[in-house]
Amino acid sequence: MKQQKMKIISRRSILYLMGGIASSALFTQFAMAKPNLALQRIKEISKSKVEEVDLFLDVPEIAENGNQVKVSFDIDSPMTKDDFVRTVYLLADGNPAPNVAKFSFTTDMGACSATTRMRLSKTQNVYLLAEYNNGKFAMTKSKVKVTIGGCGG
Amino acid sequence: MSKIKPRGKVPKKAAIDEIIEIKTLIRHPMHSGRMKDKDGKNIPKRIINKFLVKFNGKQVFGMDLEPSISTNPYIAFPFKAKVSGTFDFEWTDDNGEKYTMSRKMDVS
Repeated sequence: MKQQKMKIISRRSILYLMGGIASSALFTQFAMAKPNLALQRIKEISKSKVEEVDLFLDVPEIAENGNQVKVSFDIDSPMTKDDFVRTVYLLADGNPAPNVAKFSFTTDMGACSATTRMRLSKTQNVYLLAEYNNGKFAMTKSKVKVTIGGCGG
Repeated sequence: MSKIKPRGKVPKKAAIDEIIEIKTLIRHPMHSGRMKDKDGKNIPKRIINKFLVKFNGKQVFGMDLEPSISTNPYIAFPFKAKVSGTFDFEWTDDNGEKYTMSRKMDVS
C-alpha cells in the first residue's frame, strides 16, 4: 500500500501538497488568532481583573441575517452615586475588528440597559463587559449562529 | 444615497421616577470600509462614530460606535424621569458632520 502511494507522488503533486499544507496552516492560524482578539481587548480594558458572571445579554441563538442582529443587555444595578455601571463594552470575536460598541452610562438613567443592532460576519461569540464605578469588571458571552454573514466583501 | 435623517421616540409625558425608554434611529449607510460597490471598488469607511444624549444640557448617555454596528443604527436606552426638560441628541459622522435632534418631555 505504502509503495503504491509513493509511486504516484510526482513533483507536481508534491507542490500541490505543500500548497495545501501552507494554506491549511494559514487557516488554522486565522481561526486561532480571531477568538483571541476580543478576549485580548477584554484583558486590556479590564487589566485582567474580570469576573465571568451571568449578566443579561440578549442575542438570538440563530441569526438568519448577519447584517442586522438585535443585541440588548440589562445589568442589574441600582444606578445610584455609590453603585453604578460606568461603561459597557460590546465585543465580538469573529468580526474583522473585535470592538462593536462602548456605552457610557450615568446615574440619571435609572437602569443599565440598552438595545442596538450589530453586524456579525459569521458564527461567533458576542461578549459583554461591564465596568462598575468601584473599578470592578464583569463579563458574559453568548454564541450566535449566523446563516448569512453581514460584513460585506 | 438617501438623506441622513435622525429619528427618535421620547414619551411626551412621564411620571416622576418613572423609567422611560428612549428609542432612536438614524438613517446612515455605516460603510464599514470592507464593502464593495457595483464596479468592485472599495467603498471608503464612513460611519457614525459617536452618539451623545444630553438632558437639560447635561450628558446622560453616550455611545461609541464601530464598523460592526448595522446600517441605520438603532439605539434604545432607559432614562429616569425626574423633571421636565429637553433631550438633545447628537450623532457624529466620520466626515466631521453632526446631526442633531431635540425632544421635549413633561414630567408631572
